[in-house]
Amino acid sequence: MAVVEVEELARTYRTSTGILRRRTVEVEAVRGVSFEIAKGELFGLLGPNGAGKTTTIKMLITLLLPTAGTARVLGLDVARNAREVRKRIGYVFGGDRGLYERLSGLDNLRYFAELYGVEPRVQKLRIQELLQLVGLVGREREKVEGYSRGMRQRLHIARGLLHDPEVVFLDEPTIGVDPVGARELRATIAALTDAGKTVLLTTHYMFEADALCDRIAVIAQGRIVAQGTPQALKAGVGEGTVVEVEVYGIEDAVVERVRALDGVSNVGLEARDQKQVLVVQTLPGRELVHVILGHLDSSEVGRVSSREPTLEDAYVALVDE
Amino acid sequence: MRVARVLAYGWFFRMKMLMRSSFNSWLGVLYPLFFATVAFFMFKAGADSKPLLYSSLGAAVMGVWSNTATPAGSALAQERWHGTLELEVAAPVNFALILLPLTIAMSTIGIYSMAATLLWGWAVFGIPLQITDPVAFVLAVPATVASIGALGFVLAVAFVRFRQAWALGNMLEYPVWLISGFLVPLSLFPGWVRPISWLLAPTWGIRAIRGAALAGPSYGDIGMALGVGAAYVVVGLLLVQRALHAARAKGTLSLT
Repeated sequence: MAVVEVEELARTYRTSTGILRRRTVEVEAVRGVSFEIAKGELFGLLGPNGAGKTTTIKMLITLLLPTAGTARVLGLDVARNAREVRKRIGYVFGGDRGLYERLSGLDNLRYFAELYGVEPRVQKLRIQELLQLVGLVGREREKVEGYSRGMRQRLHIARGLLHDPEVVFLDEPTIGVDPVGARELRATIAALTDAGKTVLLTTHYMFEADALCDRIAVIAQGRIVAQGTPQALKAGVGEGTVVEVEVYGIEDAVVERVRALDGVSNVGLEARDQKQVLVVQTLPGRELVHVILGHLDSSEVGRVSSREPTLEDAYVALVDE
Repeated sequence: MRVARVLAYGWFFRMKMLMRSSFNSWLGVLYPLFFATVAFFMFKAGADSKPLLYSSLGAAVMGVWSNTATPAGSALAQERWHGTLELEVAAPVNFALILLPLTIAMSTIGIYSMAATLLWGWAVFGIPLQITDPVAFVLAVPATVASIGALGFVLAVAFVRFRQAWALGNMLEYPVWLISGFLVPLSLFPGWVRPISWLLAPTWGIRAIRGAALAGPSYGDIGMALGVGAAYVVVGLLLVQRALHAARAKGTLSLT
C-alpha cells in the first residue's frame, strides 16, 4: 500500500491588488498533480522556482488546504484528519528560518519535543540520539544565532525527527549549505530510508536527486511533467549525445538557428563564470558537432566537448517543454 | 496532565525567550518608571496620599497590560517572519496550548512592571505602600495577570488569522488604559462606556487590586477578573480552530 497518495491535487491562491479599485487575481500554484510514494521509498520532487514543489509539500503536511483533489498520508486525508497526520509525519525545510535564534539548539529541541508529545522519560535519550545522528553533540547548549547554515540545517533535521515520524518531508534541505556540509546532510537523508522511513524530498540539485532518490517526479508550472526512476528519466532524453560549446557573447538568433537544426532535440544556454556554455542535446546517431560549430562562426568559441546525457539534461528538457 | 505540561513548559520557554532580549528587557525596565512618573505628576496636587497610591496602582496595571497587548502581536509577527509559526501549527498539539503560554508569559513579565512602578513611586515620590488587605492583594495580582494574559490570548488568535492584526494590539493599548479605569475613575466617563469596560478583564483586575490596597477585601472583583479571563479562554478556544482553518484555506501562515 502507498504511504502517500496524491490524486489531482490543486491549489489556487487568491490575492487582491489596488486600494480603491480592488482586483482579485487567482494564481494556480499547483494544477492537479498525482503521485504515490511506497513505504520506505525516497521520492524526489524536482522543479524550478515557483513550480509548485513547496505548495505541494505544504498541502501534504496540512499547512495548506487543497482547492481541489485529495491527498492521503498513511491512509489519512490531509484536509480532514490534520491532527492525526501531524502526529505521524516530520517536516524539515531548508534555509535560515524556523528556529528560535536566541535560544540554544537544545532549547529548540526540547520545546518541539513537548509540542509533539514526546514522553518526558523518552525525551532526553531521544534528543541525545538525534544530536549524535546530526553531529551536533557538544554544540547543543550554544545559541542558534551562532550556528552556521549547515548546523542550523542539521538542527532542523533533528527537530523533524523528534517524534520518530513514519514519513519525513524535506523541503530543499541542503539549500545554501557548503559542499562538505551538504554531503553530510545527504548521508543523513540516505540513513532515513535505511531506518525504514518514507521520505519526500524536494531539491534543485539534480545530482542530489540522482544520488538519493528511488523515484522522481518533475514538476513545472504546477503540473507533473515526468515521473520515474532517475535512470528512466535519463533514458527519456534519448540515447543521443550532449554537445557543450563554450561561447562568449553569443546572440539569441544564433541559438535559435542551432535549435532549428535537424537532429537537435533541445538547446540551452548556461552562464558559467565569465563564459557561457551552449548545451545542445542531439538525437541518437547524429554527429552534429561540426554543423553546430558552423553556425557559431560569428561568435567566439572556446572548448568543445560531448558527453552522455545526465539527469540535469533530462530535467532541463522536461521543464522547457 | 499532558495539557498542564505543555502549558507549563510553553510558559517557561517563552519566559526564557523574553528574558534573552536585552532591548526588550531595557524597555521593560524603563516603561513602568515612566508610567509611575506620569501618574505621580497627574495626582500630586492633593495632600492626601490615597489618590497617589490609587494612581500608582493604576500605572502598575497599565504596565501589565502594555506588556501583553502590543508584544503579543509583535511576537506572532516575528513567528511568521522566522517561519516558526508554521512549525507550531504543523505540530499535533492544540494550537491554543501554544498561544496561551505566550501571552501569559508576557503578562507575567508585567509583574515586574507592577513591582517596579510601586517601588519607584515609593522611593522617588514618597507614595506609601500601605495595603489594607494583604491576602486579597496577593490573590488579586496573579488573578489580574492571568486575566490580562487571557485577553492577550484572544487577541493572539486574531493575530494568527489576520496578518496585519498586530496593529490592533497597538491600537487597543491606550483605549484600554482609559476605559478600564487605570488612571481615572470610570464614573467620569459617559454611561455607555461602562458596559464596555465590564467586558474587559483589566477593569476587574484594577478594581480588585485597588480594593485590596485601599479599601479592604475585594474577592468579588477577583472572582470577576478570573471569570472574565476564563470566558476569554473559552472564546479563544472556540475561535482558534476556525482561525487556523481560515489561515490554511487562505495560505496566510507563511506570509509576513
